[in-house]
Amino acid sequence: MPQRESAEHRHVDRETAEDEVTVASVDSAPTELDADVDSILDEIDSVLEENAEDFVKSFVQKGGQ
Amino acid sequence: MSVHRVMGIETEYGISVPGLPNMNPMASSSQIVNAYARQAAQGARARAHWDYDLESPLRDARGFDMSRADADPSQLTDEDTGMANVILTNGARLYVDHAHPEYSSPEVTNPRDAVLWDRAGVVIMARAMELAAAVPQAEPIVLYKNNTDNKGASYGCHENYLMQRATPFADIVRHLTPFFITRQVFTGAGRLGVGQDGRRSAYQISQRADFFEVEVGLETTLKRPIINTRDEPHADPERFRRLHVIVGDANLSDTATYLKMGTTAIVLSMVEAGFLRGRDWSASRSVAEMHAVSHDTTLGHRIALADGRSLTAVQVQQEILDAARDFCGRDGASALDPQTEHVLDEWQRVLDGLASDPATLSRELDWLAKLALMEGYMRRDALPWDAPRLQLIDLQYSDVRPQRGLAARLEDRGLLTRMFTDDEVAAAVLSPPEDTRAYFRGECMRRYPASVAAASWDSLVFDVPGYESLLRVPTLEPTRGTRAHVGALLDSSPDVATLIQRLGADAPR
Repeated sequence: MPQRESAEHRHVDRETAEDEVTVASVDSAPTELDADVDSILDEIDSVLEENAEDFVKSFVQKGGQ
Repeated sequence: MSVHRVMGIETEYGISVPGLPNMNPMASSSQIVNAYARQAAQGARARAHWDYDLESPLRDARGFDMSRADADPSQLTDEDTGMANVILTNGARLYVDHAHPEYSSPEVTNPRDAVLWDRAGVVIMARAMELAAAVPQAEPIVLYKNNTDNKGASYGCHENYLMQRATPFADIVRHLTPFFITRQVFTGAGRLGVGQDGRRSAYQISQRADFFEVEVGLETTLKRPIINTRDEPHADPERFRRLHVIVGDANLSDTATYLKMGTTAIVLSMVEAGFLRGRDWSASRSVAEMHAVSHDTTLGHRIALADGRSLTAVQVQQEILDAARDFCGRDGASALDPQTEHVLDEWQRVLDGLASDPATLSRELDWLAKLALMEGYMRRDALPWDAPRLQLIDLQYSDVRPQRGLAARLEDRGLLTRMFTDDEVAAAVLSPPEDTRAYFRGECMRRYPASVAAASWDSLVFDVPGYESLLRVPTLEPTRGTRAHVGALLDSSPDVATLIQRLGADAPR
């Protein structure tokens, strides 16, 4: 499955040294799935909250069960 | 062997007041629950309260009770702190639990119904948001069907399965642990962030995995265990156990919820029958493997089993499914009911897809649907993994509003499969399942709203004109109080006094 590399962001925590996140990178021609998703991105653009960074930062929860 | 058993799902929702991160979440959660309760309670008396008398959250399935002094305050879930709490006409409980609004579905008997009444909960939460916003000067509250804020906090989507008490708890631990570790590959809801505080900007399969720290335990809010030992059956404790499962992610995809409940029910069937006695898929280090499986989106991670073998999660799931097929082969193929056959087929289809090309399942599994969206944005806008917009997609995927939630938008476009129509879900918002005690509970709430003083999973307390005391009607049997048992009785009881007379429950409490 096509995934972008995140090599520049992979710093391995000491505690989880054995379970590196592996993200394969394959540059391939767009698939039917890609076309599906691309068609919905415009619609999603219109409903996404403004100012992603602030919005995500302000989503803070208390722990539950 | 069957997927049929009494089961239910309780979901704690994320709650946020955009722009006001310091809003008291208990107050906001109460606003949500109260707004819905007000609307639901036309004609009711001062609202029926939850009956805590028979709750025993400190009872441990391993045979002892934790003392209240030793318990973390968050474990004392049997105290009425005056938080908003309401029983709905569909038999569900809507309430505030640990700073989150929570929807506990009515008891159902099969995975399909579990999906339906869980979806009803999403509609109820979205409606509660609208109603709360209509209150003058109210700050808009937004709800999310997810499990973490990616800053260190986690909250749960708990599954409940009624089991035979005679089943040794050790068997449950031995077989459910590897099953839970590996089922993440189809139950995971996806999370951009690794580590409890999400500091590493990488995508993983499960929202909940990183918050699990021990193999077995009573706690649910800290030192979370893969197998929770809470022993509160809400039924005859001599005959029944309620297995309380806290490892699951909150799913938006109907297929994911269906498989989550159905496959687990099948495994419990096998455990109860003693069919897995000779098998053991235990990992050498269960907690570490739980994290490792979640962290590898290529699904290539090999789990080190205690027996020396190394298998991927999909391979372990396949062996468990093969055992299930053997088990029903032994019973005779004709013994399988259609839903059980369907769950087995779907389980195989999903495992085949995961083994060959996971992208083919992105219309059915939450972690793949969410990942496809993120990858779409990364492709179109050249975003890196730590882009805030991708974090926003992770969060907004589970927004409960049909117009804003990304899973809902995908469903609308046919890019995430649905099992039920809007009309079917709307009916489940108002009406209870017909084949459990939820029917009696929900119908009493609907027919006699002014007379139900209190309710719980295993009882109703009525305030009946002409009686000095309140009357408790126990509903200890989860499979009694169904439409078949009490439908005609309810239909012919225009008021609660008639009902009580007919039930013969005229002894004061």
